Amino acid sequence: MAKTITEINEKIKKGQAVVVTAEEIVDIVEEKGVKRAAQEVDVVTTGTFGPMCSSGIYINIGHAKPRIKLGGGKCYLNEVPAYCGFAAVDIYLGCTHLSDDDPRNKVYPGEFKYGGGHVIEEFVAGKDIRLTAIAYGTDCYPRRKLETWINIKDVNEAVLFNPRNVYQNYNVAVNLSDKLIYTYMGVLKPNLGNANYCGAGQLSPLLNDPLYKTIGIGTKIFLGGGVGYVAWQGTQHNPTAKRKDNGVPCVPAGTLAVIGDLKQMRPEWLVGTSFQGYGATLTVGVGIPIPILDEEIVRYSAVKDEEIFAPIVDYGKQYPYSEKPQVELGEVSYAQLKTGKIKLHGKEIPTAPLSSYPKAIEIAETLKDWIKSGRFLLTEAVASLPGPESGLTFKFLKERPIE
Amino acid sequence: MISKRIVLRFPNRLIDQPIVCKLVKDYDLEFNILKAYIAQREEGLLVLELKGQDEEYNKGIDYLTRIGVRIQLLSQDIVRNNAKCTHCGICISVCPTGALVIDSITRKVHFYDNKCIACELCIPACPPRAMEVHF
Ligand code: SF4
Ligand code: SF4
Repeated sequence: MAKTITEINEKIKKGQAVVVTAEEIVDIVEEKGVKRAAQEVDVVTTGTFGPMCSSGIYINIGHAKPRIKLGGGKCYLNEVPAYCGFAAVDIYLGCTHLSDDDPRNKVYPGEFKYGGGHVIEEFVAGKDIRLTAIAYGTDCYPRRKLETWINIKDVNEAVLFNPRNVYQNYNVAVNLSDKLIYTYMGVLKPNLGNANYCGAGQLSPLLNDPLYKTIGIGTKIFLGGGVGYVAWQGTQHNPTAKRKDNGVPCVPAGTLAVIGDLKQMRPEWLVGTSFQGYGATLTVGVGIPIPILDEEIVRYSAVKDEEIFAPIVDYGKQYPYSEKPQVELGEVSYAQLKTGKIKLHGKEIPTAPLSSYPKAIEIAETLKDWIKSGRFLLTEAVASLPGPESGLTFKFLKERPIE
Repeated sequence: MISKRIVLRFPNRLIDQPIVCKLVKDYDLEFNILKAYIAQREEGLLVLELKGQDEEYNKGIDYLTRIGVRIQLLSQDIVRNNAKCTHCGICISVCPTGALVIDSITRKVHFYDNKCIACELCIPACPPRAMEVHF
């Protein structure tokens, strides 16, 4: 018999909900079967903790005296430029931004020691951040210069708003060229020297609800150690990507835009990180609860690493230069990736992950505790994410030369 | 008498030179190769135990420095800042000695400092900069 989210929430309030992680549900379904698992389990929690470059925060710093209009001016947080194309004192800081004098890749491979992601981590940790700004001055906002310390506890709003997080599946990166390369997938040694993958596999949120039956706009989630919401589908959301019979995409597919109050988040779950030769970013912790409404949903949530496949992509030539999705190099399961080696072109290649599985477990466990203790109720999605039937795809840029 | 474990980093142009032979012949030093790699792109890496008379030892080290070999004492400590490590696992593919490995059950990354040769490859490769050099 199907359940509703309202019924599950009633159980959560009474402290009676049965909540398990996406790892634990695998064994439960194997032992008890889909039918009993669907009856007995109310919520499955998922988690992921990986670098997510489309992340950032917006802050309203409060009005200065005399007033200053940052909109149209320039503004820096610990030397890292923030966007100020909004109203007077609203600014946005993206996690990949770098200070103007960062050497970037001039000394190759660049270190990217401090970028927007690092500022975000320090800001969330409650450290004072140096804000410097220049403005053009108006009659109502006469001030032209501002230099001040700001602190998360003093600003009006501080909101984490990430246009693309939680990729549903991702590439396995290899390097077919004869040069060592530095990528967002880590250091890739020449001639298939290593293979890096990114994703929590069976714990990953969107792999446990592959057709977005429960996760939608408005879904309440664990975000950066606090509570957040799914705001929209993420950029590059590609629901029509190739899928297996179990509905699980075998290439990068869906994504989520997420939002939440930064003031209640924790620096352990929003970590500024540096990718050698590539750039600075933010490693974000996200966990999503899946209400077990019926047998179909429990079946999806019981997906295991053996049943999730990722495409192997050459970052030496194919990824940077070609539009065609990689097919020739084949695909590999997360179970295989986690053994520490894969076989390709007759060669055994060591694998390494980019996203932390132990932290993904910790997130799923934390969310489980929150729900069990009645602190975290589930929400009904207010609108669905575009699914495979939407026909939505991911496009390359059509360049049109400017005469 | 001095006996030290050191890490030598060779630029590409020196990789095929008989440098170690010269240490033996000209400075009367004894050596024991602990590890050897062509580590990254343009660099060779040799971990040696080097033994000899104090004066000769220092001259030998001078010679190495002069020709462009970078030298590091193995006692230089690489330490993992456990509060910063997220156990992502990305370092295991850059560590040449298997000092950083993933536990197949917990999926946590172990750091075996007895296997570490202080090559420092993991330092810039670790995204949260959890691997640190302590002098
Ligand atoms: S790369 Fe750094 S953070 Fe990741 S497991 Fe290794 S030491 Fe820990
Ligand atoms: S310095 Fe880092 S990469 Fe080098 S051996 Fe030690 S742990 Fe491994």
